[in-house]
Amino acid sequence: MALLTVDGLEAQYGWIKVLHGLHFVVEEGGITTILGANGAGKTTTLRAVCGMVKTSGAITFDGRRIDGAATETLVRLGIAHVPEGRGTFVNLTVEENLRLGAYARRERVRLADDFARVYRYFPVLSERRRQLAGTLSGGEQQMLAVARGLMLRPRLLLLDEPSLGLAPMVVREIFRIVRTINKEEGVSVLLVEQNALLALNLADQAYLMETGQVVRSAPAAELQKDDAIRRAYLGY
Amino acid sequence: MRRFPTLPVALALLVVAAMLPFVMTGFRLFQFTQVFIYAIALLGLNILTGFNGQISLGHGAFYAVGAYTSAIMIDHWNVPFVLTLPVAGVLCLVVGFLFGIPALRLEGLYLALATFALALAIPQILKYFEHWTGGSQGIVLSKPDPPVFLRAADARVHLTPDQWLYFLTLAVLVVLFVLASNLLAGRTGRAIVAIRDNAIAAQAMGVNSALYKSLTFGVSAAYTGIAGALSAGAVAYVAPDTFNVFLSITLLVGIVIGGLASIPGALFGAFFIQFVPNWAQEISKAAPWAIYGIFLIVFMYVMPRGIAGSLRLAWARLGRARAGTPTGA
Amino acid sequence: MEIFFQQVVSGLATGGIYGSLALALVMIYQATDVVNYAQGEMAMFSTYLAWTMINAGLPYWLTFFATLVIAFVGGLVIERVIIRPVENAPILTIVIVCIGLLVILNSVAGWIYSYIQKPFPSPFSERPVRIGTVVFGAHDIGAIGVTLVVLAFLYVFFRFTTLGLAMRAAAQNPSSSRLCGIRVGWMLALGWGLAAMVGAVAGMMVAPKVFLDPNMMAGILIYAFASATLGGFTSPGGAVLGGLIVGVFENLVGTYVPFIGTELKLTVALALILIVLVVKPSGLFGRAAVHRV
Repeated sequence: MALLTVDGLEAQYGWIKVLHGLHFVVEEGGITTILGANGAGKTTTLRAVCGMVKTSGAITFDGRRIDGAATETLVRLGIAHVPEGRGTFVNLTVEENLRLGAYARRERVRLADDFARVYRYFPVLSERRRQLAGTLSGGEQQMLAVARGLMLRPRLLLLDEPSLGLAPMVVREIFRIVRTINKEEGVSVLLVEQNALLALNLADQAYLMETGQVVRSAPAAELQKDDAIRRAYLGY
Repeated sequence: MRRFPTLPVALALLVVAAMLPFVMTGFRLFQFTQVFIYAIALLGLNILTGFNGQISLGHGAFYAVGAYTSAIMIDHWNVPFVLTLPVAGVLCLVVGFLFGIPALRLEGLYLALATFALALAIPQILKYFEHWTGGSQGIVLSKPDPPVFLRAADARVHLTPDQWLYFLTLAVLVVLFVLASNLLAGRTGRAIVAIRDNAIAAQAMGVNSALYKSLTFGVSAAYTGIAGALSAGAVAYVAPDTFNVFLSITLLVGIVIGGLASIPGALFGAFFIQFVPNWAQEISKAAPWAIYGIFLIVFMYVMPRGIAGSLRLAWARLGRARAGTPTGA
Repeated sequence: MEIFFQQVVSGLATGGIYGSLALALVMIYQATDVVNYAQGEMAMFSTYLAWTMINAGLPYWLTFFATLVIAFVGGLVIERVIIRPVENAPILTIVIVCIGLLVILNSVAGWIYSYIQKPFPSPFSERPVRIGTVVFGAHDIGAIGVTLVVLAFLYVFFRFTTLGLAMRAAAQNPSSSRLCGIRVGWMLALGWGLAAMVGAVAGMMVAPKVFLDPNMMAGILIYAFASATLGGFTSPGGAVLGGLIVGVFENLVGTYVPFIGTELKLTVALALILIVLVVKPSGLFGRAAVHRV
């Protein structure tokens, strides 16, 4: 069953149109990845889903149309966006960052359970819980950003280029945790990545974007074996 | 986007301006002279704040220095009025440059605070040096007479002191505006704006940021100082309390309403700060400043980038409508 | 020696008032990068509203809390109605709007209440308080107490409540805050409300000493700037401490340095601002701005 359906999505910054009619689907409980080079419009796509850019076209989440809705409303529906560059609150502590992740939850919040859950996935955050987020390393901040997203108990987790600027070992660790979260909690994931190798390893379904349009859509495993893709995006 | 026909429009306005003193008299004429004086002062402030990004809440201080320089030279040494103008300009250039040096360390809010403190202190300082400045009483001057060839009984053209002052101010305005226009259009102007937009990048590209910023401060002060000197002649009186913090705030209001980083903006702003308080008075005798405040707020809603900014936007939209939008969006 | 203690306590009382107004300025500055030049006039206007209620016969403390509520709502409404239309405009545009607000409030207060000074009551007794051999004004001690209570309330609110955390987050990083579902616009409005409330306290504490008139807060605003500059515009605690230091310093200088009369006192505040800016612009407790390329 499709959790998120995007149909004919267009987006623009001022006079410049960046997305020219996108179609893609995120299956419930699955991991979908959008690949593409710099400037393809991947980040814009996530921002469009989150209501941060002016769009036209249909975005359907869990059966209801959400295009045009404000970001704050979408968060309350269970969409957690881990932005490009992590977006941590650098002058707040790790614990405060996590607490903010749960801010949007309507129901009576049992924060202690959520903290325990998140610290289980990311033990290093537990060690640093009272430190200012700005003093964490890049990898730790990325973990914090993902953890913050998880505090929402989201239905859909949007990850924007989580590998950017991080050491390969750290990135692999984060991706491993994302897979675990997806398996254990059934959180659907929409992953935007430049690192096609890692993304295709993780995802079930993949879309390839070029200058604002989807040019290929296939199960990830299929794209991994495709020669043309290999040469263009994996470099060998 | 077609270039705005600046030169023909400016020349046309100049012709109109030259004819005004012969149809207007007395107070009205004085008001227009004051508008030109403000325009020069505002251009000075705009060069610093609009083009170079250094916020000054204290330009009233340079206005005061210019005014008092002129007044003291006339009162103590009988210097002809016209000669006091370049002296005021050079003095303020130096003072402004010197002030610009410590100001290099201050950014945004902190520079605004420092200049604000300066503006507040000026009346006190002026009152303190009584021997020169006449203390709280100030200095009373007589209105400068036109030069002999314009006032003698057998002169071909007769100008009253008011008319003379008007033309003198207009001439100074034209010269200073053209100078600024050339300065800002060339390499110097690009360097100044580059510093505003990204000082680090500008420095990395070889722009001597410190030198340019201090020089800009100096030039800005010089312009405002000359305006102050002209006002000493126009008003024929200088007193410490006329140069209080309110003047500095009025100048800031003038450049934002007129349009930051815009030369014609200085003129628009000058009209605003000269005439709108009077209109406010006419609308409400009881609370005129409340009306003025409402004017300010509404103006900022409708034209957040000032009059010049809105005109630029309108001109651009016109251009796009005629050409057809490129992306068809 | 007794004069010294008296002047220090008196200085702490005025300093608390400067610090409160400085805190209001810093709160809004941290959230919006704008200094609300109308903060003093908002406080003055709130104090006039309190005066109206007291004159109508309402008891002091009821008026006090009613004024806090009115000021809070007023600040919130001003942000949503007057500031919001320009919240994405260039900073100087917002500054002009604040100046417009300043001028409107001052003018309307003068129009409604006239420019004649009015006495404003203090809730504290007229009789001086005696501690050991030193005599203090009861109002001074009371003002210090009230300031401390307000500050304690704010501290607890911002540090320990979820809403306070959300407000801090919205001030520091609006876009990430939206991603957490925080309605940033309303957080800003709440900030303005709280700042206005703090300003109202400052106004009601200072009015008994300087008498109520529309220009009452102008001088105090300048001292508040000096306090925030000294303490650091990026540090709320610093702003308050800065206020206390400025208050005590002003009093001691006025008492012990012979040629500083009331006229020059203001110059002292200005000199202080300039010295701090030259030596350490970010103030005693502020953080120097780091510019990332």
